[in-house]
Amino acid sequence: MEARIRARVNLALTFFALLFFVAGSSPPRQFVISNAERRIDLSSHIINVHLTLKVENAGTRPASEVVLALTPTEVDHLAMVDASAIKGKRKKTTSLRLEVKPTELPDAPPIDTKYFTIYLANPLNSGESTTLEVLYVFTHFLEPFPAEIAQSESQLVFYHDTALILSSYHIKQQTTFIKTPSTKVESFIRMEPTNRVGTEIKYGPYEDRPPYSISPIHVHFENNSPFAVVEELVQEIEISHWGNIQVTEHYKLIHAGARHKGVFSRVDYQSRQSSNGASSFRYLLARLPPRVHSVYYRDEIGNISSSHLRTDSLKSELQIEPRYPLFGGWKATFVIGYGLPLQDFLFESSDDKRYLNFTFGCPLIGMVVDKLTIKVVLPEGSTDPSPVVPFPVEHHLEL
Amino acid sequence: MATMPASASDLLKSFKLKTKQQELLIRVSILCLVYILAFITRLFSVLRYESMIHEFDPYFNYRTTLYLTENGFYDFWNWFDYESWYPLGRIVGGTLYPGLMVTAVLIYRILRFLRFAVHIREVCVLTAPFFASNTTLVAYFFGKEIWDSGAGLVAAILIAVCPGYISRSVAGSYDNEGVAIFALLFTFYVFVKAVNTGSLAWSLASAFGYFYMVSAWGGYVFIINLIPLYVLVLLITGRYSMRLYVAYNCMYILGMLLAMQIRFVGFQHVQSGEHMAAMGVFFLMQVFYFLDWVKHMLSDTKLFQAFLRITVTSAVAVGGIALGLGMVSGYISPWTGRFYSLLDPTYAKDHIPIIASVSEHQPTAWSSFMFDFHILLFLFPAGLYFCFKRLSDATIFIVMYGLTSMYFAGVMVRLILVATPAVCLISAIAVSTTVKNLTVLLRSKNKVVQTGSTKGSGGSKSSSKALLDQSQPFQKNGAIALLFGAFYLLSRYATHCTWVTSEAYSSPSIVLAARGAHGNRVIFDDYREAYFWLRQNTPQDAKVMSWWDYGYQITAMGNRTVIVDNNTWNNTHIATVGRAMSSYEDEAIEIIRSLDVDYVLVVFGGVTGYSSDDINKFLWMVRIGGGVFPVIKEPDYLVNGEYRVDKGAAPKMLNCLMYKLCYYRFGEMMTEYGKPPGYDRARGVEIGNKDVKLEHLEEAFTTSNWIVRIYRVKPANNRWWLNRYKFG
Repeated sequence: MEARIRARVNLALTFFALLFFVAGSSPPRQFVISNAERRIDLSSHIINVHLTLKVENAGTRPASEVVLALTPTEVDHLAMVDASAIKGKRKKTTSLRLEVKPTELPDAPPIDTKYFTIYLANPLNSGESTTLEVLYVFTHFLEPFPAEIAQSESQLVFYHDTALILSSYHIKQQTTFIKTPSTKVESFIRMEPTNRVGTEIKYGPYEDRPPYSISPIHVHFENNSPFAVVEELVQEIEISHWGNIQVTEHYKLIHAGARHKGVFSRVDYQSRQSSNGASSFRYLLARLPPRVHSVYYRDEIGNISSSHLRTDSLKSELQIEPRYPLFGGWKATFVIGYGLPLQDFLFESSDDKRYLNFTFGCPLIGMVVDKLTIKVVLPEGSTDPSPVVPFPVEHHLEL
Repeated sequence: MATMPASASDLLKSFKLKTKQQELLIRVSILCLVYILAFITRLFSVLRYESMIHEFDPYFNYRTTLYLTENGFYDFWNWFDYESWYPLGRIVGGTLYPGLMVTAVLIYRILRFLRFAVHIREVCVLTAPFFASNTTLVAYFFGKEIWDSGAGLVAAILIAVCPGYISRSVAGSYDNEGVAIFALLFTFYVFVKAVNTGSLAWSLASAFGYFYMVSAWGGYVFIINLIPLYVLVLLITGRYSMRLYVAYNCMYILGMLLAMQIRFVGFQHVQSGEHMAAMGVFFLMQVFYFLDWVKHMLSDTKLFQAFLRITVTSAVAVGGIALGLGMVSGYISPWTGRFYSLLDPTYAKDHIPIIASVSEHQPTAWSSFMFDFHILLFLFPAGLYFCFKRLSDATIFIVMYGLTSMYFAGVMVRLILVATPAVCLISAIAVSTTVKNLTVLLRSKNKVVQTGSTKGSGGSKSSSKALLDQSQPFQKNGAIALLFGAFYLLSRYATHCTWVTSEAYSSPSIVLAARGAHGNRVIFDDYREAYFWLRQNTPQDAKVMSWWDYGYQITAMGNRTVIVDNNTWNNTHIATVGRAMSSYEDEAIEIIRSLDVDYVLVVFGGVTGYSSDDINKFLWMVRIGGGVFPVIKEPDYLVNGEYRVDKGAAPKMLNCLMYKLCYYRFGEMMTEYGKPPGYDRARGVEIGNKDVKLEHLEEAFTTSNWIVRIYRVKPANNRWWLNRYKFG
C-alpha cells in the first residue's frame, strides 16, 4: 500500500556522449591490414569517418579481436563508434554489426593512443581475410579560425588529422578522402601523393606503413553549415493513465561556430541574404513520431509563433524558428512539448509488466547534444521500474 | 365535490410558495450566469493570442509575484531591486501596493493545495477576470441594498460587460485596478450597509474592505475622501444618526490603523494633506455627538444655541489652527501633484510633464465616454432622477459616488474605471424602475380587461372605471413599445460591449497583430524577440537605457538592469535619460558613460507603421528633459511650432541621438512600394537625414520588423578621453 501512495516515480537517466569501460585482455598483434580506405565527411559540424579495412590474419592461430587505434584528441571528441563486417562480393554484400568496446593495452606506444576492440563474429583463421567497416562520429572537432567573424564573413574552420591512418597494425596500402562542404579551401597540408579535385582531397595511396606511423595534416576550409549545439536537453516523458504520453523538452541551444563580432545589421541581413550571415541559422527541424498532437513551442516569456507542423502517417515534422537568427555564440532557450497516443509506445508483456518503448535522443535534426537528461514520470501505482538502454547510462530513481 | 375547492386552494397555496422559490431560483441562476459571463467575456485575448501578461505595469506586477512565490513574503517585503533605476535601485517592498501580488499568490497556493498543477502566470492572467466576476456579485448586493433586488440584478449584468471596467480587467491585464475595483465597491457596499443598519460588524467589515483596497491600489484616496464627504453631507442635511456615528468612527479608526500596516502608505493617514478631510470629519463627528449629548442634557434651547455657537466656532478655530500649524511645520505634507492635477486638470500640463505625458492621464474625450458607457450615459441622469425621488442614506451615497467619480472620469481617462460601478448602479436603478413600472402597468391592465369583460356582462359601470377603460389601449401599446425599446437598447448595449471588448480592449500590446495583404493575420512579435535576445545574448549585468515606458518589460522579460522604468519616482533620473536622447551624440555619450550604460534600446515604428514609437513620444522626452536641464529647449526641435522628421525638420532634431538611433541605416531601406527609400510609414514622410553616422554606439540587434533596435555602447577610447582632458 505504501508503495502505491508514494506512487509518483521519477526515473531519470543521464547519458553522456562519452563512455568508459574497463575490459581488458591484450589482443595478439597478428593482423595485417592489406587495404585501408578512409572517407572523412566534413560537410557539417558532425564529422563522419567511414573506414573500410581489409584485415588479414598473418599469425598462426585463429584470432577474433581486431584493435582500432585513436589519438587522445579523437577520443575526446568521439561521439560514436560502430563496426560491421562485410560479407559477399560487389552488389550482394550484407553487413553484420559487430561489438566494439574500449580497451586498454599494456604495451602502449609513446603517444597516448586509445584503443577500441572489435569482436569478430567468427574467429579469423590464419591466412584468411575479412572486410570491416568502421564508422566514427566526431563532434566539436572543427576549430573555427578566425575564432570571431563579422556578419558579412563566412566561417572558416580547421580540421586536424593525420594523413596516415593510426593503427597498431602494418598497413600495406591506404588512401584517405576528405570531403569539404564547398570548393573554398584556404589551405591544406600536402603529403605526396595528394590530389584535390572539386570538394574532395585525396591523400595517398601510401604503401607499406609500419604500425603507429602518423603524419599530421590540417585542412582550413569554409563551413557555413549550422553549428547548432544543444548544451543541455532535459526531456520529460510523462505517462498518463488516460491514454496519453506528454513529452516536454527543454532546450539550451547555442551556435557553437565562430563567434559573432561587432554589429548585427538587420538591413544587411534582410537585403543581402546570400553574402550576409552565411554561418547563422534560423530554422530547425524536429522529426517527431507520427500521430503527435497538442504541439507547442514556447520559452520563458511566452509562445513563439514561428513554427509549422506537417504530419503524415509515418512521421511528423515540426519546423521551428527561434525568435531571432542565431549567430556565432548566440544562445536561445526554448521548450517543445507534444502529446502522443499511449498505445503507440506502451506495451504489455505476458508477465504482467509494461514496457515503454521510446527513442533515446533528440528529435532535432543535425544537432549535437552535449548533455541529455531523460526523465520518465510513471503513473501512480507503478512499482519497480528498470531501464533497458543499449549503451551504459547513469540512472537513478526519484520518489 | 366539496373537497374540490379546498384542494384547488391548496394547490394554489403551494403554487404561491413555489413562485417565491421560483423567483429565488431565477435570481440565483441569473447571478450564476452573470458571474460566468463576466469571466468569459474577458477571455478574448487568451483565445486570440495566448495566456500572457499585457501592457507595461502588469509586467512589473508579474515579476514581483514571481519573486513572491519563489522567495516568500518576508523576502518580498524586504526586497531591494538592483535591476531597476540603476545606479539608485528601488526598495520594492516599500514602494508598492502588495495586495494584488499577495492575492494572486494566495489563489496560487490554494490551487496547488487542491492539487491543480497551475503555473503562477496562469493565475496572474486570470486574476482580473476572476475579480471582475466577484465584482458583479458585490454590485448585485449593493444594488439590492440601495434599491431592490431587481436593480441589483440589472446592476450585476451591466457591470459584467461594461467596457469601462473591461478595459482594465481583461485576462492578462494583471494590474492593481483589477482587484481594486472589487475592493472599492465592496468597501462602499459594506459601509452603506453599516450606515443602514448601524451594525458594528458591518462597519468592521468595511474597515477590512478598506484595508484590502489600501493594500491594492493608490486609488484608496478616493474612498478616504468620498466617505467623509458623504458623512458631511448627511450631517449638513440633518441626517445625523447613531448608525452613522458607529459606522464612520469604526470604519475610520480601524481602517486607518490597518492601512498603516502597508509600508507604502505608512503614516500618510495622519500626515498627508489628502487624508486630512477624513480626520476633520472624524473630529466634527465627535463635536456633533457631544452637542447632541449636551442638547439632551440641557432643556433650555436658548442656552443650547449659545453653547452651540461657542463650541462650533472654537472647534473650527482649533481645527484650522492645528491644520495650519501642521502645514507650516511640515508635519502635514501638502497635496501631491497627482492629486492636485485631479482638482485642476490643467495643472499637470503646465507643471508636471511626466504625468501629462502618460496617455491615460489625459482629460477624457467625449467619444471615450460613449465608447466605455454607451447607453449608460443616458441612463445615468435618469437613474439620478429616480434616486432623488426616493432619497435615503443609501441613495445619497450612490448619487455622491456617481457625481464625484463622473467628475474625475472627465479629468483623467483612466478614472472612467472608478466611475463605472457607480454609473452601472445608477443606470440599473433607472432600468429596473422603468421596466418595473411598465410591467406593473401592463399587468394591472390585464386585470382591468378582465374586470371590464365581467363588467360588460354585469352591466354596472362607474365613471372612473370608464375613464380608465378609455385610456387603456393607448397606455397598453405605449407600455409595450417602451418595453421593447428598453430591451432593444439593452441588447444594443450588450452588442456594443462585446464588440468593444473584442476589438479594442483585448490586444496585449506586447504582440501586435495586423491584417496582411491577403486578409491573413500577421503577428509582430518584435518586443519579445528583442527582450529575449537581451536575456540570452548580453552579459548578465548589462545596463540597458531606454525610455521609461519599456523599463518594466525589459526587467521582466529581458532580465536586465534598466536605468529608468514605469515607476516614475525620480523625475531627475528620467530627465537625464530624456536629455541624453535629445542631445547630440557626443554630448549624449558622456551622459551614457556616466550612467554606465551598455545598451541603448529604442522603439521604432517607421517600417511597420506602428505609431506609438519613440519618435512620436520624443517631444515628451524633450519636455521632461528640459524641465530639469534648461540646456534642452523644446523650440530647438520644432520648426514654426511644428514637429517633423522630414527634410524640413529642425537641425537639432535631425542630429539628436534619438533620431540617429531610430533612423540609423533606415535611408537604405525600402518600406513601401512606389515610395523612395527611407520612407517612414508611421509618419508618412521621407526622412530628412538619411546619412546617419554613429560614432560611439553600434547596432547590436534590430528585430525582424525593426520595431525594437538595440545599440551597444562602444568601449571608451582612452586616447580620445585624454584629448578631452587636455583640450576640453
